[in-house]
Amino acid sequence: MNEKPWMMSAPALTLFGVLLLVPLCMTFFLSFNSFGFYTGIENTVSMENYVEVVSDSYFWEIFGRTFAIALATTFFCALLGVPQAYILYRLSPAWRSIVVLIVIGPLLISVVVRTLGWAILLGNNGVINSALQNWGLIERPIKMMYTSGGIVLALTHVFLPFMVLAVWAALQRKDPAVEAAAESLGARPFTIFRRIVLPQVIPGILSGSLIVFSMAASSFATPAILGGRRVKVVATTVYDEFLNTLNWPLGAAIAMLLLASVMVIMLAWNRLVERRYGEALE
Amino acid sequence: MAFLEAHGLTKTYGETNAVDNLTFTVEKGSFVSLLGPSGCGKTTTLQMIAGFEDPTMGKIKLAGRDLSAIPARDRGLGIVFQSYALFMHMTVAENVAFGLEMRNVDKAERKRRVADALELVHLGHLANRYPRAMSGGQRQRVALARALVIEPELLLLDEPLSNLDAKLREEMQLELRRIQREAGVTTLMVTHDQSEALAMSDRVLVMEKGRLQQEDSPFEVYERPRTSFVSTFLGKSNNFEAELKSVTPTASQLLIAGRGLTGPSVNLKPGTVEVAVRPERIEIVDAADAVITGTVRERIFLGAQWMMNVATPLGDMLVIRRNAGRREAEIGDTVHLSWAPEHMRILPLNEVAA
Repeated sequence: MNEKPWMMSAPALTLFGVLLLVPLCMTFFLSFNSFGFYTGIENTVSMENYVEVVSDSYFWEIFGRTFAIALATTFFCALLGVPQAYILYRLSPAWRSIVVLIVIGPLLISVVVRTLGWAILLGNNGVINSALQNWGLIERPIKMMYTSGGIVLALTHVFLPFMVLAVWAALQRKDPAVEAAAESLGARPFTIFRRIVLPQVIPGILSGSLIVFSMAASSFATPAILGGRRVKVVATTVYDEFLNTLNWPLGAAIAMLLLASVMVIMLAWNRLVERRYGEALE
Repeated sequence: MAFLEAHGLTKTYGETNAVDNLTFTVEKGSFVSLLGPSGCGKTTTLQMIAGFEDPTMGKIKLAGRDLSAIPARDRGLGIVFQSYALFMHMTVAENVAFGLEMRNVDKAERKRRVADALELVHLGHLANRYPRAMSGGQRQRVALARALVIEPELLLLDEPLSNLDAKLREEMQLELRRIQREAGVTTLMVTHDQSEALAMSDRVLVMEKGRLQQEDSPFEVYERPRTSFVSTFLGKSNNFEAELKSVTPTASQLLIAGRGLTGPSVNLKPGTVEVAVRPERIEIVDAADAVITGTVRERIFLGAQWMMNVATPLGDMLVIRRNAGRREAEIGDTVHLSWAPEHMRILPLNEVAA
């Protein structure tokens, strides 16, 4: 009788094991192999790939840029997402369902199509620069393609729904009467938002940040299209090592380092959230 | 002059009138309850006084000034919400200080007034706790202190005791009344609990379907209900139809189940009326004195009293008898019931019931 739950989850577990755990383990073991330009992958065990990544400032720069982009994306998602979620929460039910559709809209479009759309907008001869030049506001095009800023802009657009939904969930958990209570005590709408609503949705902001940060740090398609060869992030570097240099073991080591560092950041973040807000708000 | 006045207050949602032409006044310093079943419009009335809802029609005046143009945050009312609506991320003292902060009260003064308010509700020792670490009764007191610290002209209580368990509720009734009296604040409480309203209020406003049914002291509403609804909503009552034969300034002649009876005078025209008799006013008598005769159908012993359900030609009647240490009628026994004429309430016939 006790075996039944196991049997029922077996298909999902098989899928999970075959498609995630096996490749992950293979990548893990691959990262200890060595690579020769003429010999290809050699079945040896050493830490040389890790040593190479850690000791090369080139890789430090890429990791630094990746986390800076992820952090900036998280920041802007929170900055835009929190007010957006609050507006959503205050809307009438009929308007709310329309606005929810608009909010999750970006998720309905393929990442490549959406990113190419941004490329059309941001290019030196793109829509934004052409418009600004035609109005005479700028003389020379502002460089937006192939910059970290452009990547942050596009990633914020994609990941904003995750932040909005996380904060919205936190808003729905709170007692709706607290805002009325604050109002009756003489608080103005902005004060109510800052002093009463915002502190109560911080757990939502933190969990939304966790999702956005980890997805931004490992995003590939957007930085690949908008960053090109010049603005490399970890995910595009791994891609290049695998498919251009054909140095699979080095690519595997970079991938493992990205996985490990994102996990460390996520766990540390989660502990912070739980320690500070675990019981503060039921 | 009345302190709080509502004139022709009406709130319409779509086709229905949640509150229908409500007019009442509250005297300064008194404790008044708005009592009624859920959906009777009492909460909507409170929301309009608080400023969270705009009346469709009518006026609210507080101490002579019209409230309609004043937003909720500037009305300066103290409100205790049903859920307490405490700020969970702030300590008890921070919760209580919030209203003073919004009024730019300076720090020393703020500290003193917060301490006073917490002392009033007997929570001085818990000032630095967070609400999550407190019991329901303590949270209730915090909510009360937070509402009273701003020295409101009017305190509004929205079902303040409904989230507490029975024993605590009784305790808090006395406590709430003490605090209200000490603070001397005019209070309007919304409740669906008739015993709560009777126990705590100076005056009770009974509402049904958005309309005011009766406004009186607790004793008067219980003793002299003016409508069939009020007689059954407050306490238990035996209501039955009777024929009003004639009325004089001092008495009335009734025909109840074929028997002529003299009752108190009433301002009604002869015809079919409804008569209400409280179960504790019915006596068991000898056959010769009986108004009506019936059979005991059920009998419950409650310690201090007996409760009996007697099947009579007028329908089932509830009889409550004080336990005087004697044997009472058994189930199946025939009993003769009677009541003094002055304990009859003659009401206009309730079209809805019957």
